[in-house]
Amino acid sequence: MKTFIANFKKYQFLLAELTKKDVKLKYRNSVLGFVWTLLEPLLTMIVLTIVFGTLLNRKTPHFAVYILTGRLLYTYFSTGTKQALKSIRRNAGMIRKVYVPKYMYPLAASLSSYITFVLSLVVLVVVAAVQGIRPTVYLVGAVVPLATIFLMVTAIGFLLATLDVFFRDLEYIWNVATMLIMYMSAIFYEPDALLKSDYGFLIRYNPLYSVIANFRNAVVYGRPLEGFYVWYPIVVSLVVLVAGLVFFYRKQDTFVLYL
Amino acid sequence: MCFISRELPVKRSFPHNFGGCTRIRREICRFCGTGPVRETLSSAFFLTGISEPPPCGGIEDALGKNTALRVDNVGVKFRMANEHVDNIKDYAIKLLKHELRYHEFWALKDISFQVDKGERLGVLGLNGAGKSTLLKVIAGVLKPTEGTLQRGGKIVPLLELGAGFENQYTGKENVFLYGAMLGYKREFLKEKYEEIVAFSELGDFINVPLKNYSSGMKARLGFSIATIVEPEILILDEVLSVGDAKFRKKSEKKIKDMFDKGITVLFVSHSIGQVRSLCDRAIILEKGRMIAQGDVATVSALYEEAIK
Repeated sequence: MKTFIANFKKYQFLLAELTKKDVKLKYRNSVLGFVWTLLEPLLTMIVLTIVFGTLLNRKTPHFAVYILTGRLLYTYFSTGTKQALKSIRRNAGMIRKVYVPKYMYPLAASLSSYITFVLSLVVLVVVAAVQGIRPTVYLVGAVVPLATIFLMVTAIGFLLATLDVFFRDLEYIWNVATMLIMYMSAIFYEPDALLKSDYGFLIRYNPLYSVIANFRNAVVYGRPLEGFYVWYPIVVSLVVLVAGLVFFYRKQDTFVLYL
Repeated sequence: MCFISRELPVKRSFPHNFGGCTRIRREICRFCGTGPVRETLSSAFFLTGISEPPPCGGIEDALGKNTALRVDNVGVKFRMANEHVDNIKDYAIKLLKHELRYHEFWALKDISFQVDKGERLGVLGLNGAGKSTLLKVIAGVLKPTEGTLQRGGKIVPLLELGAGFENQYTGKENVFLYGAMLGYKREFLKEKYEEIVAFSELGDFINVPLKNYSSGMKARLGFSIATIVEPEILILDEVLSVGDAKFRKKSEKKIKDMFDKGITVLFVSHSIGQVRSLCDRAIILEKGRMIAQGDVATVSALYEEAIK
C-alpha cells in the first residue's frame, strides 16, 4: 500500500497529462470546440422535450430540466464507460514500450469524461434559471449523485477495459447494453406507472436510475435525497469496483501479450 | 563457486542495524556473475565506498552498491492459442465444443546474469532468440513468468523512440506527455524544456502537430526527451541511427558522453563488430536460453563460431 501511494505520487503528473490529453483532443480540430459540449445536450433536450412533451401530452412542470438532468448524467455514463473500455487498447503502443502503471489509462478516461460532464452542467444551470427553478438548500445534496456516478463509471470502466483486451467484440456488445440501460433509466419519461407495474424492478434496481432520481430530487424538485437511491448505487459501484480492480490487477501483466 | 571473490576481503561497513532491513543476503560474485558465493545474515549493506545506504523498501535494497541489474532465473512463458480467439462469440463456441487449446512455449528460460555499474553488456543472438523479450522484461513492460529481476537505478530504454507520442498533439505537448510517461516531473520538464527543443533542432516546428512531422523529426524529439536525464541504465537496441547525418553524429556523441561518464549499458545487436567495439561483456541467447556469458572477446568468438 505504501509503495502504491509512492508510485501514484510519482505518476500523478502522468495521470494529469493523460486526462488533459483526452479533454484537449476532443475539442481540437472542431470549429465549435467547447461550445459543442454545451450545444449537444441543449439540442437533444429541445428535441426530446418537443417530441415527448407533445406525444405523452406532458403537463409536468420543468419537463425540459427533467430531461436535461437525465440526459447529462446518462451521457457521462455512456461516454465515460466507452472511453475506459477502449483505454487499454488505444494506448497499446505505449503499453508495449514504456512501463507505466496501467490503471492510469482507464482512470484517466473516466476522469476526462467527468471533467467534460461537469463543464456541461453549465447548460443545466442556464436552462434551470430560464425555467424559473430556484435553488433550495437541498441542492447541496446533488454532490452525492455526482460523486456516485463517477465511482460507478470508474468501476465499470476497469471491468470493461480488462475484458476488452481479450474480447474485441465487447465494444459492440457494450454499445447495445448502454442503449438498453438508457431506456431503463427514465430519461425522457416519468417512471411512476412503470415502477408500479410488474417490471418496476427493471428501473428500481438500475443503479443509474437511482443516481438520476436523486439528482432530480436535489436539482429539479428541491427535495431531500431518497435513502435507497443513495446507498444502493454506492454499494453496487463498490462491489463492481472491487471486482473490476481484482480482475484488472490479476490480468494486467498479460495485457501486453494480447495487445 | 567463484574463486576470485573468495580471496577478496569483503568490506563491511555500516555495522548498525537499519531497522526492518535485515535479510538473508545471497551474494553473487561481482566479477563473474556466478554464485551464490556465500549466504550471510546481514543487517548492513555491503559497500565498497563510503556513502549513505539506500533507503529501506526500495528495490535497490537487495542489490549491492556496485550492481546495476541482476537477473535471476528469469523465464517468460507465452501461451499461444492454436487459433486466434479474440471475441466473445468464438470464445463461447470454442469453450462449449472444448476446442480451446493452447500451446505453451518459453521465450526465455533460466536466464541469470548480473551487470555491474558502469559495465557495458552486449546481448547477442539470432532473430527469435529472445533478445527483445529480455529487453522488455528488463524495461518492466513484460513481467517474467518466473524468476526475479532487480534494477538499481533509472532505466531509459532507447528502443523505439517516440512510441508514446500522440499524433494530434504538437511537439511541445508531446514533450510533456512523453516525459510524464518516462516518469519525469512537470517542474523538471518545464526547466529542461528549452534544452530539449534546442537539442532536437526542431525550432518552430515544436508548435506544429506531430502528424505533420517526418519520421526523422519524431525520432529526434524522442531522443531528445529520453536522454534529458542521465539514466543509470541505458538500453540500446542496435546503434541508433536517428535523423540525418548531422543529428546522428550529435546523438552518437551524446551517447558516447554518457558512456564516458560510466553509465551501465545494455546493448542488443546482431553485429559482432558493434558489440566488440562498445561492450566489455557479452551474453549469447539462443532459443530463449543463455548459452554463454563472459568477456566480450571470448563470447563474440564463440558467437562467430556458432553462426558459421
